[in-house]
Amino acid sequence: MSLKTHQLLKNKKKTILELWMKNQLADESLREDLISNDELRSQSEELIDALVSNLSLENFTNLESDEWSPVIEILGGISITRARQGFSPRETGNFVFSLKEAILDVLQQEVTNDPAKLFSESMKVNRIMDSLSVVTFETFIKGREEVILRQTDEITEISTPVIRVWEGILALPIIGTLDSARTQIVMENLLQEIVETGSSIAILDISGVPAVDSLVAQHLIKTVSATRLMGAECIISGIRPEIAQTVVHLGIDLSNIITKATLASALAYSFKVMRLEVKKISTLTKL
Amino acid sequence: MILSLSKDTIQVLKEQDVVFLKNRVKETAVKIKMGLVNQTRLLTACSELVRNMMRYADGGVCIIEVVSSGRNNGVRLTFSDRGPGIPDIAAAMRDGFSTGKSLGLGLPGTKRLVNEFDIKSKMGEGTVVTIVKWANG
Amino acid sequence: MDKIPILRMGAFLLVTIQVDLYDRLALNLEADLVKMVNKTNAKGVLIDISAVSIVDSFMGRIIGNIASMSKILDAETVVVGMQPAVAITLIELGLPLKGVHTALDMEKGMNMLKSMIDSNEEDTDEDQTDYDLIAE
Repeated sequence: MSLKTHQLLKNKKKTILELWMKNQLADESLREDLISNDELRSQSEELIDALVSNLSLENFTNLESDEWSPVIEILGGISITRARQGFSPRETGNFVFSLKEAILDVLQQEVTNDPAKLFSESMKVNRIMDSLSVVTFETFIKGREEVILRQTDEITEISTPVIRVWEGILALPIIGTLDSARTQIVMENLLQEIVETGSSIAILDISGVPAVDSLVAQHLIKTVSATRLMGAECIISGIRPEIAQTVVHLGIDLSNIITKATLASALAYSFKVMRLEVKKISTLTKL
Repeated sequence: MILSLSKDTIQVLKEQDVVFLKNRVKETAVKIKMGLVNQTRLLTACSELVRNMMRYADGGVCIIEVVSSGRNNGVRLTFSDRGPGIPDIAAAMRDGFSTGKSLGLGLPGTKRLVNEFDIKSKMGEGTVVTIVKWANG
Repeated sequence: MDKIPILRMGAFLLVTIQVDLYDRLALNLEADLVKMVNKTNAKGVLIDISAVSIVDSFMGRIIGNIASMSKILDAETVVVGMQPAVAITLIELGLPLKGVHTALDMEKGMNMLKSMIDSNEEDTDEDQTDYDLIAE
């Protein structure tokens, strides 16, 4: 019996593809902005080709068998790309569901005089297509998770820029909570930049850090100590009054660290250390 | 759950063995794409532990393993010796404690450098120290 | 036996460590360097560790020892070129190398030594004057 379904799928490949394309194009939620019709067609054709050519009798309903892995691979590839392109789960799901509809339609047209057989064959097709949908969703979610992980990396990258404010002076504005993972990145970036630019002063500005508890303070002290070991000085600036209060209330000892209220005063201090002077020139002097 | 992917056993009896061991640990760390800072932490930890083994137990065995847990890969080092053992592990794990003439940072410092640290010791039988450093952790 | 060369440049001694130190090599360096400081009457010691990828507690202690011993012999020690990964590891290990001066590179280290020695000499001059005044 399954021989027929298998054969049928093979013979009617063209019809199924046309029907499927029609279904997909008729769908209101079709994202023409994300994928062109030609692209959609080639994706669909690829999947049907794999589906049909990899079916053999014994494993027609056994999705675990090796013959299915090319199909699953193609489907997985398609749904991961879709996840990255920004398709919604519904749109991605419809891709497989509309194929199921097309196959069932063809099946209904072909098996006209045997309701029992139509039912059993439909059930088989159903089961397979459902499994394929599950695969689609699994890979879709995996694709989305990868996007999230990559974005997390990007955010940590973006949120720890090292700025060269002057020859020999680096500034590092920290925005957001300073946890130990973040400290690692901040510290590594800062030290690397110190080596690369040969800067002897680094200013850590914590104006954007919402709160400083003993753990954050420990991270700051660690960064300052590591900077000193490399032979550079590290100044912490941007200490708001409430942070000064909590630091003292918590009994955190920052006396070994040069602290300044603002980035401007840290910069002024750096100039002094480097024996530089910033002067206002007389307005009468022509530039 | 931690899975062990590969295993390499190295005898450490002479000073040359230490250099060989460190090179193997470094190779393993590079193979799983561990970052430079974590590599340095792992190698420094290895250096501390192997020195302890040489000083107090005249050498021993180090097992280098590549381990994996979920998405993360790491290196696990197991140092076992047949030395005299450590009488008071809690004291040995405190900063500044040393029976030798060192700074007493070996064990507690090592623990701060790695992600997982386990020490077992029996008087007169020997000591086993196991550390794990994850590639990104 | 392996030895780390110690170069003399004016009042300074220069040591560039090009290999990863093992314990005996480090101990030899400590002994040789202290002997050299004494023999040459050096005022400063510059140790370049930019090629060293690992400093554990033992090496850290040797570096600290060299600094303290040289200090007794009236020479300042500056460690230059420490790798970022090494600095982070030393801090986590609990070894901030207190009492050791550090600089980013040879040039900065040399300037640091020069200015330290200048100020030391100024101090001595002042001491001298005070003494003269009292003597008068």
